[in-house]
Amino acid sequence: MAYQLTINGQTHNVDVEGDMPLLWAVRDHLNFTGSKFGCGVAQCGACTMQIDGVATRTCVLTVANAVGRNITTIEGLQSPQARAVQAAWVELQVPQCGYCQSGQVMSATALLEKNSAPTDADIEAAMAGNICRCGTYSRIKAGIHMAAAQLKNTGGAA
Amino acid sequence: MNISRFLKSQTVDPSRRSFLKVSAGTTAGLMLGVNFGGIAAQAQSAADAALEFNAFVSITPDNVVKVMIKHLEMGQGVYTGLATCIADELDADWAQVVCEHAPANTEKYANLLMGQQGTGGSTAIANSFMQMRQAGAAAKAMLVNAAAAQWSVPASEIRVSRGVVSHGSHTATFGDLATAAAQQSAPDVTALTLKTPDQFTLIGRDDTLRKDTGKHNGTAIYTQDVQLPGMLTAVVVHAPRFGAKVRSFDATATLARAGVVSVFAIDTGVAVVARDYWSATKGRELLKVEWDDSAAETRGTTDILAHYHELVDTEGAVAASVGNVSETLNQSRDVQTLVFEFPYLAHAQMEPMNCVAKVDGAAAEMWYGCQSATGDQAAIAQLLGTGIENVKINTVFAGGGFGRRANPASDYVLEAVRVAREVQGTPVKLVWSREDDMRAGYYRPAYVHKLTAALNVNGRPTAIQVRVAGQSIMAGTPLAAMMMVNGIDITSVEGLSDLAYEIPERQVELHSPTNGVPVQWWRSVGHTHTAFSKEVFIDVLARKAGDDPVAFRLGLLKNNPRETAVLQLAAEKAGWGTKELPAGWGRGVAVHTSFGSTVAEIVDVSVQGTNFKVERVVAAIDCGIAVNPNVVRAQVESAIAYGLSAALGDEVTMTAGNVDQDNFHTYRVLRMDAMPEVEVHIVASTNAPSGVGEPGTPPIAPAVANALAAITGQVITRLPLKLA
Repeated sequence: MAYQLTINGQTHNVDVEGDMPLLWAVRDHLNFTGSKFGCGVAQCGACTMQIDGVATRTCVLTVANAVGRNITTIEGLQSPQARAVQAAWVELQVPQCGYCQSGQVMSATALLEKNSAPTDADIEAAMAGNICRCGTYSRIKAGIHMAAAQLKNTGGAA
Repeated sequence: MNISRFLKSQTVDPSRRSFLKVSAGTTAGLMLGVNFGGIAAQAQSAADAALEFNAFVSITPDNVVKVMIKHLEMGQGVYTGLATCIADELDADWAQVVCEHAPANTEKYANLLMGQQGTGGSTAIANSFMQMRQAGAAAKAMLVNAAAAQWSVPASEIRVSRGVVSHGSHTATFGDLATAAAQQSAPDVTALTLKTPDQFTLIGRDDTLRKDTGKHNGTAIYTQDVQLPGMLTAVVVHAPRFGAKVRSFDATATLARAGVVSVFAIDTGVAVVARDYWSATKGRELLKVEWDDSAAETRGTTDILAHYHELVDTEGAVAASVGNVSETLNQSRDVQTLVFEFPYLAHAQMEPMNCVAKVDGAAAEMWYGCQSATGDQAAIAQLLGTGIENVKINTVFAGGGFGRRANPASDYVLEAVRVAREVQGTPVKLVWSREDDMRAGYYRPAYVHKLTAALNVNGRPTAIQVRVAGQSIMAGTPLAAMMMVNGIDITSVEGLSDLAYEIPERQVELHSPTNGVPVQWWRSVGHTHTAFSKEVFIDVLARKAGDDPVAFRLGLLKNNPRETAVLQLAAEKAGWGTKELPAGWGRGVAVHTSFGSTVAEIVDVSVQGTNFKVERVVAAIDCGIAVNPNVVRAQVESAIAYGLSAALGDEVTMTAGNVDQDNFHTYRVLRMDAMPEVEVHIVASTNAPSGVGEPGTPPIAPAVANALAAITGQVITRLPLKLA
């Protein structure tokens, strides 16, 4: 069946079964491979995209339920918060294997878009669903603080 | 895989290999003619056609230095490390350096400590430090000779700095000289003068950015992201029990599912090939398979471990022996014994196993995070009845590995080939679900240890007996010849058989029972368990003697200046004995040498009832020259997190042969809230680089256990750690 999806501000048509998770429609049919498959049961966060601005595990969100919503993948991140997070990730050399990092960046960006000055506890709560087996957690946390400080210094324009 | 043992094996003389000068432009031919994630391979213009200087260095006329990386980049920073060694001797500008994975080619790209192309044992920098520097120096000599000819000046007067070649009023970029320089004859690498450490411009620097880029914005390409024209996706239903075989299957419903292309049995199960992952997965759910369990492992882990407990009460094969330990133990009035138990562990790397294969008659082409190029290439060739020259491997980033991608049986690789040969000429991406990955075995083996010491009147150990029971990782693998001596798998006892503590009499015995559970190396291999029993046991002895655990260790390390220095550095930085702890906190220590490097870790834990949190870890490492200190710190942080995950929650159990865990809700890995503050201190050194990726893992679990014992009095001898 054909579905129309709004991804990174653009309309895409995809002909798949309606029960296909958004992750697989986006990866296998639309060639946006930045979002990763890690667990398939919303346990690891590697597949995180923003759906209407909310960090969402797309390995369990069906294509049928994604219709009519604003989908942002790692490829379409543009907000000042996203740019600050990505700059901090490079500055602090956060990624190791990097496979989880698209999801980490999506969750971190969603956090900063809602909370411009998160505490350690806020960060731990927002990032609890994102596993990193390389254990880059300390640098992720430092990266979020760095991005927040940078956004504050520039009045929100990264 | 201890470095010193690899050194004992025949090493490859880099001067006789890897520097065959090949005609210009061959590197361009290695560009994958495929569509990666929708990014079309760009047509090569004259300006970016790379000119090959040697097997590792190519330079384009538009001034890009391309470095061939012979190891797999799986997060450990090998792109950065190897490129740093080359760029330093080449005097390149770090910004002009790009990396790509080398193809499978044992002749050119062998790991010099293994004699085959492969990544593991924390050897990536250790084996190639000199080789990469020679490659950089050789390319630089060719640039200098070309400039000397062009400018008619003596080569000895030419200066090279940050990518610029100059003499008097002449200057040229590497790109300007590339075409002429690539025509120069390659120098004899043994005659090259390499830099002394004080001349390094990049080695030892902290501020060079990593070369494995694109990981913050989703553009880095992993196996999972490889897209090829006409590619299909395969999933395989595996037997619930290890060793079971397909008896029969009914694919009627599966074949009726939209998107499913074909279903067939292969050696390892039943494959479902479809146009995409979801169709394959939904098709697999509809498959009916009958299994033949006649050769399957049907025991549970409780039974297996009970057997190991019986074994450690009996004599094992002697792995190391000094003195007459059993006699000394019999005569001693003060004997201390502890029994330890370790579960099976899954690697649980973020990217579940996967592999892209295309088989066309006798030719195969592969795309995946290849960690064991020589072994995989040979295994594929054997399966297809062809020569290795017909097996082309394109390596992409791996989403973690921790040992898993270097499978001694090439398990996931051969499975992909078995599927692909049934759909001739069509590329197939084999994708394992998380459940497939977690239940596929190749675990860190379960072990039981029994440690017994005789103590003198001062509480110092005079004799120690160690008995280890658990499956051999190396038996039956291609590495057995190197890693097994007189039937003893060195990796089962490493860290104990070469005990750092000076105890006059010692004996290490090993039982290596076999069973149906496939096992494999897991970040730091034998040290994952030997460091735990050794360091918890020594702490118990220290407390029993009424001694400070650091002082007690130092007393047994009088002839080991390296462990002494590392332990003292960690103790000083952590404020051991000086920095007070809040109420309810405990502090513990462990020190261990593995893969040629020594790491000490000091841990602070807070305890509330039976709950505890690891608050802070102060680590010190001696890894020789730190090629990139920031990457070294990142690896120690990572190794601590990985080991801590196992200390706190990782455990694979089986009930009647069925694995009980299948995903991250049942296999509880470390999340951010449990990550402690970590501080890493690097011992300044001019010694050759040794391992970095693994040595940080062994000390963390015992240091946590020792901290818990210090505050609660409970000596925990089973992993994962639980307070009573």
